[in-house]
Amino acid sequence: MTTPWQAGAEPRSYPIHRSSDLVHIRQAVRALSQECGLSLVDQTKMITAASELARNTLVYGGGGAVRTGLVGADARRGVAAVFEDAGPGIPDVEQAMTDGWTSGSGLGLGLSGARRLVDDFDLRTAPGEGTVVTIVKWVR
Amino acid sequence: MSERIPVLRIGDVLLVSVQFDLEDQTVLNLQEDLAEQIVATSASGVVIDISALEIVDSFVGRMLSTVAAVSRVLDARTVVVGMRPAVAITLVELGLSLGGVSTALDLEKGLAKLGRPVGSAPR
Repeated sequence: MTTPWQAGAEPRSYPIHRSSDLVHIRQAVRALSQECGLSLVDQTKMITAASELARNTLVYGGGGAVRTGLVGADARRGVAAVFEDAGPGIPDVEQAMTDGWTSGSGLGLGLSGARRLVDDFDLRTAPGEGTVVTIVKWVR
Repeated sequence: MSERIPVLRIGDVLLVSVQFDLEDQTVLNLQEDLAEQIVATSASGVVIDISALEIVDSFVGRMLSTVAAVSRVLDARTVVVGMRPAVAITLVELGLSLGGVSTALDLEKGLAKLGRPVGSAPR
């Protein structure tokens, strides 16, 4: 999935190296979701999904970064966020996307839950090559 | 870094009002503070007001479940009050149903649930 960043609105990048970074990322995604005109429920879903994925990047990916900004395609507008880490990657994506499955100490809801909260979800990973997760929430 | 949320005591009920987006460490601090305060004050109930929270992710959701479970073991009941509708919808869709966590729509109903009706005498 490509992310057609809206012209003139380059995405901003935020580091994910410590848990306090998650607060800034939630604020950034919230500001974009409001600017974009997402409904209150959709704003809440997008911010929550971003929070889950940012924590995954931190905990399982060993840290990384997120790029987030407004996107547009076919007269649609939305908010996108791309989470990237250079961690160990996910050996079994199908298993990782299962509710309740976790390789760590979490609840195992991060990936599968985040996918349910957004409109577009794209996961690219390979063992040893890190993970890139892209999410988009479109204005209805 | 290690911000702490004040825990207020009203009679034998502990009251926590979460007023801003929490860092993970603050969430963990709150979990520990509540357990300690329940024992230190012999509290029989805990009310956590999250009406100011715009999102509750799985980390905060897990804290709420843990506080409810820990307080139960310490002979106190926890009620989470004031959850916003958008937060409720998002939590359920995320897959967190907060099993074992007692909830109420607002502080007054939460206290009533603990058998501590406040204010408003019957009219």
